[in-house]
Amino acid sequence: MDAHVEYVLGLADDALVTAQRMGWWISRAPELEEDVALANIGLDQLGQARSLLQHAGALEGDGRTEDDLAYWRDDRDFRCVHLVERPQTDFGVAMARLLILSAYQNELYAALLGSTDGVLSGVAGKAVKEVAYHLDHAHHWVVRLGDGTPESHARMQAALDAEWPFVEELFTPADPALVASGVAADPTALRGAVLDRIAKVVAEATLTLPEVAPRLGGGREGRHTEQLGYLLAEMQHLARSHPGARW
Amino acid sequence: MPDPEIPVVTIEDLGILRDVTEDDRGWVHVQVTPTYSGCPAMDAIADDVVERLTRAGYLHVDVEFVLSPAWSTDDISAAGLAKLAAYGIAPPSPTGPVALTLSVRCPQCGSLDTRESSRFGSTACKSLWVCNACREPFDHFKAL
Repeated sequence: MDAHVEYVLGLADDALVTAQRMGWWISRAPELEEDVALANIGLDQLGQARSLLQHAGALEGDGRTEDDLAYWRDDRDFRCVHLVERPQTDFGVAMARLLILSAYQNELYAALLGSTDGVLSGVAGKAVKEVAYHLDHAHHWVVRLGDGTPESHARMQAALDAEWPFVEELFTPADPALVASGVAADPTALRGAVLDRIAKVVAEATLTLPEVAPRLGGGREGRHTEQLGYLLAEMQHLARSHPGARW
Repeated sequence: MPDPEIPVVTIEDLGILRDVTEDDRGWVHVQVTPTYSGCPAMDAIADDVVERLTRAGYLHVDVEFVLSPAWSTDDISAAGLAKLAAYGIAPPSPTGPVALTLSVRCPQCGSLDTRESSRFGSTACKSLWVCNACREPFDHFKAL
């Protein structure tokens, strides 16, 4: 696969899979306003994914649409990181993950504003404002739960511990030629700012940054957790059962 | 043409209608930009544009979505801001170099004694507020 297409798919699939996981929370969040909030965050991610998938399809040049790429690829063809693909059925986990992801996307899209790929810089121009709002939302919740009751503190810490082994994979180096040509933002260069941002929130929330070994990644090369397959089965079922259906 | 979700303002008032050109064959090309990446109203807006122009006698109409430069609430016209307020949606304050939350004026009674009840509202572009003076809830168009 072309490195440029693969890079764009990585950004797109992180957003698409996050949108799908966020959708799970609709009707299940602790309060009605949170149902709406998580639905809106998912919708922003879906919108970003759509623009990125259209772009990947155009770069690929085989006539694949955003729907073809979302519904007709198998897990090995996805390029998302493991952080986003696992279930997040615990609210603390959902907020810990949103904090990590939005801190990363915030730096990523800020860097991509200067991308030599005009579509990527265009997507970044919109996305950077949206993910800043997601980051702010996660920040509020992590502090509220972390610096809350002993019960909420313990559960928020456990959630952070559970997500932390998946942080390093976000900084997997991108194709050097793509970085040199100014298309891609160098993921390794984002690391310091992302971790700083998270550390400040974690400290404010009276939580402790976990010291755990990173998990083996591989999502950017198409090696995924078992859970991505279940997510895709649900997400792709309708489109595959009724090809070409419209509603 | 009214916005499908906030019909008191036109897509021109909102600043999401970027350009309309007609070439020498009479073909019309329209550029629209979304407020938020995932705004679900975009398809409805494109359909409405094509329908209205077709009814007006233009046989070839195409709508292009453009992302850059990114839309901002600063693109809403003064008339648009006034219409939002009259409709009961507190308009956004101007975006500045530093993000700061100013007090939002209640569109019902005009009081500045208001509070945010939810950072996310019925559409991606709005948050929910409550007025402490008149006790009425209202939508606020978030500054972006």
